[in-house]
Amino acid sequence: METAVRVVNLVKKFGNFVANDNLNFEVSKGEVFGFLGANGAGKTTAIKILCGLSKPTSGTVQVAGFDAYHQSEKIKQNIGYMSQKFSLYDDLTIKENIRFYGGIYGLSSKFIKQKTDEYITQLQLEQYQKRFVKDLPLGIKQKLAFSVANIHNPSIIFLDEPTSGVDPITRRQFWDLIYAEAHKGKTIFVSTHYMDEAEYCDRITIMVDGKIAALGTPNNLKRDYKANNISEIFLLLARGIKSENH
Amino acid sequence: MRTIFFLLQKEFIQIFRNKMMLPIIFVMPIIQLLILSYTATFEIKNADIAFVDLSQSRSSRELIAKFKGSPFFTIKGNAFSIKQYDKSMLNGDIDIIIKIPNDFESSLLNGRSTFVQLISDAVNGSAANLMTAYALQILFDFNRNIITETYGKDLMSSQIKILPRYWFNPELNYKTYMVPGILVLLVSLIGAFLSGMNVVREKEIGTIEQLNVTPIKKYQFIIGKLFPFWVIAMVDLIFGLILAKLVFAIPILGSVALILGVAAIYMILVLAFGLFISTITDTQQQAMFIAWFFFVIFIIMSGLFTPVEGMPKWAQIINIINPIAYFIDFMRLVMLKGADFVDVQMQILKITVYAITMLGLSIIRYRKNA
Amino acid sequence: MKGFIIKEFLQIFRDYRSMAILFGIPIAQIMLFGFALNMDLNNAHIAILDRAKDAYSIEFSNKIASSKYFILDQNIQSEKGIEASFRKGKIKEVIIIPKDFTKKLMNGEGADIQVIADASDPNTASILVNYTRAIATDFQQSMQQNLKEIPIIIPQIRYRYNESLKSVYMFVPGIFTIILMLVSAMMTSISIAREKELGTMEILLVSPIKPVQIIMGKVLPYVMLSFINATVILVLSYFVFGMPFNGSITLLLTEGLLFIVMSLALGIFISTVSNSQQTAMLLSMFALLLPTILLSGFIFPIENMPVILQWISNIMPSKWFIIIVKDIMLKGANFMDVWKETLIIISMTLFFIVLSIKKFNIRLSEN
Repeated sequence: METAVRVVNLVKKFGNFVANDNLNFEVSKGEVFGFLGANGAGKTTAIKILCGLSKPTSGTVQVAGFDAYHQSEKIKQNIGYMSQKFSLYDDLTIKENIRFYGGIYGLSSKFIKQKTDEYITQLQLEQYQKRFVKDLPLGIKQKLAFSVANIHNPSIIFLDEPTSGVDPITRRQFWDLIYAEAHKGKTIFVSTHYMDEAEYCDRITIMVDGKIAALGTPNNLKRDYKANNISEIFLLLARGIKSENH
Repeated sequence: MRTIFFLLQKEFIQIFRNKMMLPIIFVMPIIQLLILSYTATFEIKNADIAFVDLSQSRSSRELIAKFKGSPFFTIKGNAFSIKQYDKSMLNGDIDIIIKIPNDFESSLLNGRSTFVQLISDAVNGSAANLMTAYALQILFDFNRNIITETYGKDLMSSQIKILPRYWFNPELNYKTYMVPGILVLLVSLIGAFLSGMNVVREKEIGTIEQLNVTPIKKYQFIIGKLFPFWVIAMVDLIFGLILAKLVFAIPILGSVALILGVAAIYMILVLAFGLFISTITDTQQQAMFIAWFFFVIFIIMSGLFTPVEGMPKWAQIINIINPIAYFIDFMRLVMLKGADFVDVQMQILKITVYAITMLGLSIIRYRKNA
Repeated sequence: MKGFIIKEFLQIFRDYRSMAILFGIPIAQIMLFGFALNMDLNNAHIAILDRAKDAYSIEFSNKIASSKYFILDQNIQSEKGIEASFRKGKIKEVIIIPKDFTKKLMNGEGADIQVIADASDPNTASILVNYTRAIATDFQQSMQQNLKEIPIIIPQIRYRYNESLKSVYMFVPGIFTIILMLVSAMMTSISIAREKELGTMEILLVSPIKPVQIIMGKVLPYVMLSFINATVILVLSYFVFGMPFNGSITLLLTEGLLFIVMSLALGIFISTVSNSQQTAMLLSMFALLLPTILLSGFIFPIENMPVILQWISNIMPSKWFIIIVKDIMLKGANFMDVWKETLIIISMTLFFIVLSIKKFNIRLSEN
């Protein structure tokens, strides 16, 4: 299988604080890869490095076959990113936002128009067309942000806690969108702190205090840790590390 | 090019959509230019004067009459002690007190010198200096008349006479000087504040990350951020120049093309300055305080309100980084004196080098990754 | 309520960068302006065209060149080059000594000296001409020693409140006012607009805290901050610039506190009328900065302005506070001397508060 993301001995330090402590993992093409951890475990830091927003302190990082140190601009052509913070412009309409990001990626006007219509039908946004993004419900905003991150048809999509604060129904719909893209052969790299969402992933890693504490398919992990669900494993790992520290 | 086009389109939509911003950007500068240009004058048209006449003689009354005859002085009182005016001077109702001594007339008639006290309210030192000079002139003329009468010839004639000619502004019209200056201040503030807030605003709301994961080039981003504000500032400037010409009848002796050309470079400098501040701060609040700090200093030290020659050497050295001082100097030379390209080449060179430096700094400081 | 105020304090004081800015800016500015600004001119570059070239004219030239006001940039030979050097902006004045200067002076006919000043800056031009005139008078008097036998009126000049005509006496109250007002108005308007923009204001509004308490919580830390700034500036102006404190310090600080509250009320008002941080900032900086400098009597005396502008200046709070500061510091005024100005500032404070509350209530009922 082709490798979409390869991370070897990744370390990221902020001063004395080690945010990512020697991470190693690979993500295959077409995989839905889940990144689990409590707030502050180092998920966002790692995702930012993978997207080229931040430089690693040491280690090797390859995304879509490009090196994160020297070819971060090449990586950017091939990835989509949806950040924890809401990233569309509040004071622009839905169409204006789509048009803007499409333009930045160098897509043709015709294609942007076609995509805009597609998204509006797909996400059932007809009634919101003329509204400013700030007046949309949060769930719709997130779904729209996902579509916009996907507009240039990247091979890998990074999602940093895309569903935080969203109601369970919308979360379910959001995961439908993710699956639809995965079926098209796209690699999905998603971080979350909802443990139920972990079950939707092909493989997951659990990060605790900057380190990878567990890595594998949800079923294998459950078997290894003799747990009923991922949540139990997570609590065990997080507590286990803590007691070591004390 | 297309990328830049999309960036520009987005910026323009955002600016023109904010209903409160438009009047601030386009109407307020004009109103300020129209009102504030009238504020600046050091010319003093009137001073309030009070006498303490202990002499009560023909001579002292003649002296007071001289002051009465001057259009500059308004006589506000005549009392027997300076103390009686303490309150009025404190309240600012009286500017100068003149005390004529007991022996004023007898001394003059007997060929002895006499002392006249002048007390000025010197809270505003330069105004006090000027008013006192006017009063001394009247005293001097009075003295001269007495001597001419007594001795039959003018022993005190001022033999060296200074004949001033005021070039470029024969009537010493302050507006000629202030209008171009205030215009420069206004467009500089607009440019610096708008560009200073812009990038940091995207940082604050988080959209900058989304831009940074796109393959957008640094220069595209910077151009997309600068150009809209450059257009706005230039529109303000051109409109201001038209007003200066039509409303204030300010002469524009030099080439308009030269003015606009250098203004175009100057605006890049100001905008890049703002942008640089924007790249080194995390919140709009911080960015604005830093921009405010620098631009208040630039404005007050620009030489528009107080003469640059009056500043100590070190302050004049600090002024090397003052873009406003350069541009006001340039505008004055070209508009009022008709300087041509060769005359102002040094100023143009400095503005250009400074603009390139600031632009370079902000491109370096703007990082797509940290 | 108490917890809320503590939260505000923490937010402000924990942010070191902002703290450095809030305290550093006023201090840096007062030091810079206090030392740098001066209404007098020194070292203005001039040129002399000496057509006489004899002992007297040279002595006169030397007298001009040796004064601290002028630097003799060059001796020129004809009037031709004057315009060109003016256009380059290096030379501010040209003094032309006529050919018959000495002869006329000796004959008692009186000699004319032409002075050409670059009046594109009219203030500099008239100051320079006055300096030249003073030097000429001096020169002439040194030639006429015989005047002692005739009756002369000798003026004894006393500059009250500012013996040595220091410019700093005029600038310090102005800078003090501008810094207090703009920093306070800016800080409050931006911080409230920020809460509105980030949506945290709504969270506070649904809490049991009353709107008035929210505003109080926002404003109190800034009152304290500005008051510290005011005190620091006053201490500097006394020790560094030798400003006199002829009146009561308590009165001055109380008036300062009142003015700070007024500025904060103005800041609150600005935040209620603006729809984003950006507009709040542009309003409190761009709209206030130049009018505060120019219409307050900080640099240009209000009495000299056209009547309409004198009216307009009455709505500038800074005008009244500058009067109060000057009166107390320089003139030793007591409360009875400044009660009118104080009352005006109090009325302005109330005006802004009432207007803000009205605006605030309207917005709440709209939602």
